[in-house]
Amino acid sequence: MNRLTDATRRKLLKGAAALSTLALAPGVMLVRPAVARETGKPATSNVRWGLLIDTAKCDAGCDTCVTACRTENGWTGHDRPQTDPQWIRKVTVTDKRSGAALSLPVMCQHCAEPPCVDVCPTGASMKRADGIVLVDKHICIGCRYCMMACPFKARSFVHEDVTDQKPHAPRGKGTVESCTFCVHRVDDGRMPACVEACTEKAGRGAMIFGDLNDPNSDIAKAVSKHVTTRIRADLGLDQGVMYRGF
Amino acid sequence: MTSKPILQVIDGDSAGYFTLVGWFALFVLAGLGAAWYMEHNGHFVTGMSNQIVWGTPHVFAVFLIVAASGALNVASMASVFNKSAYKPLAPLSALLALALLAGGLAVLVLDLGRPDRLIVAMTTYNFKSIFAWNIYLYTGFFFIVGVYLWLMMERRMVRYSKPAGLFAFIWRLALTTGTGSIFGFLVARQAYDAAIMAPLFIVMSFSFGLAIFLLVLMASYHWTGRPLGDYVLRRLGKLLGVFAAAVLYFTTVQHLTNLYASEHHGVEGFILAGGSVYTALFWVGQVIIGGIIPLAILFHPVTAGSRSWIGLASALVIIGGLAQVYVIIIGGQAFPLLLFPGMEESSSFFDGQVATYAPSLPEVMLGVSGVALALILVAVAIKILPFLPQTLDDASIDPHFKAEPAEADASDEEEEDAAGVGETAEATPGT
Repeated sequence: MNRLTDATRRKLLKGAAALSTLALAPGVMLVRPAVARETGKPATSNVRWGLLIDTAKCDAGCDTCVTACRTENGWTGHDRPQTDPQWIRKVTVTDKRSGAALSLPVMCQHCAEPPCVDVCPTGASMKRADGIVLVDKHICIGCRYCMMACPFKARSFVHEDVTDQKPHAPRGKGTVESCTFCVHRVDDGRMPACVEACTEKAGRGAMIFGDLNDPNSDIAKAVSKHVTTRIRADLGLDQGVMYRGF
Repeated sequence: MTSKPILQVIDGDSAGYFTLVGWFALFVLAGLGAAWYMEHNGHFVTGMSNQIVWGTPHVFAVFLIVAASGALNVASMASVFNKSAYKPLAPLSALLALALLAGGLAVLVLDLGRPDRLIVAMTTYNFKSIFAWNIYLYTGFFFIVGVYLWLMMERRMVRYSKPAGLFAFIWRLALTTGTGSIFGFLVARQAYDAAIMAPLFIVMSFSFGLAIFLLVLMASYHWTGRPLGDYVLRRLGKLLGVFAAAVLYFTTVQHLTNLYASEHHGVEGFILAGGSVYTALFWVGQVIIGGIIPLAILFHPVTAGSRSWIGLASALVIIGGLAQVYVIIIGGQAFPLLLFPGMEESSSFFDGQVATYAPSLPEVMLGVSGVALALILVAVAIKILPFLPQTLDDASIDPHFKAEPAEADASDEEEEDAAGVGETAEATPGT
């Protein structure tokens, strides 16, 4: 029953996508739905999901993306900052000499060469063929080696019981979790919650999500036009998350 | 002239023995209780956090695992390097190695977020992970040292114990390389990501393992009233001095190499001169208490020959070793990750801030229970199987021993005591 519903929903979404493409001029439409993954078909390496963040459009006082992620994925805390999870956070970066500062969101960078996947003893930390890095909650033993290995502090350990979980974002005490690129949305042909909120709620459009392998995607066009960089690019991890303006 | 040493089980029926085992059991139970408390509530009840993801349990676990491979030193010296004086001690050395590894792994497993999924860790592997290799290295160590032990203690198989000892020696080097590489392979963190971690951990293992071995040896001979000559203690004491010096040397190279690269000045300044608890633990704990003082004791002509001083030096090496592992594991995490080198970072997730950490009681209880588990295993094993030589007096160990009348009398008396201690000898240790 659910499968039928999902399939119907996907058809509708595809239809809506087609309609919106017709209705809006390219370039104006920043939150264009991606193509949904067909039910039963595995993710393919023909697609490489990426996210481009324009720090010039990102404001230090705005955390709409963080709130949207928390609401979407249900990683509410217990008012214990040291142990509460953070899948995405706003980081302020300040030049020590000049005092010039910028603010940007940092989440799992979805590396092509993810250190967390390398070090995971059981393979719970894994990368999908389309570049999305995930934790398989069924085989994560909670050793936290991935947290030691991640250069971006992108992962959180679930330190206490979880309640009100979202069906699309399962969590578990004693396991590790991080940004999933809203894989449930992406597989449905939708944008990650943070990207959608940045454009629709905050009206900033600082985040562009899409398929880096598709030369016609907004992100591929933006990346070919502007110089982008990655956090700790020296590590050679080929992250899917890129930044402009630092 | 040395005689063939005779291994003999201990009586283990005194009130002292049961009190000792009782205390160890109590600590093990307390550790199990702590693990249950942590797993039941979640790790927020500990001092660990999303900043310090490995805490005090890991300090004890890594210390015990490193010491385990080092405890096998004495057996290796007998089997691999043909030091006949150590042959009688080889079974105890192998037993202690197994017990320490069991203690360390128990702590490591009980601290997992999902220890109930241990079976997953044993059946689902990612072979690019050094952790996955370590699972093989650790289980392999149990098997190989177990077989080695059997070959040494089974009279008919003794001739095979030499090649087994060599294999166990190579395996233990691989094991400690694997343990050091847990940190050496971490490219993300400033304090790690260094090839020297593997050899550093190997010399640490030599030192910590031998220190524990010396204390266990002295305690077991003292409490069972068996003769333990100065010859073996002095030799092992001198060796401990060499190992403690080697740890200091590798530590110096580790920090000098980092200090040469300006990118590491931040973390080096934090550990060596930051004024934090890690700075104190490094200089006072590791360098002075765990390095310089034991070296002075073990090489000073007055103290080097005294078993009390050798015992004290061993205890100091252990304290310094724990401090060293604490600084490596927790100090290394306390220094913030550098997402934007050269820039200042701040966030609600403690970016750019030195992480705070204080060991919680459950963590300490779990960690100490690993030590207690190792010691209870040894205490019970030496009662069940003949691991301990009946005597380790100089006459039976020292190849150049010349009996003096007074000492010969003492030796006779002690042999009489020992004869009443246990059953008839069952085994003689092999090469």
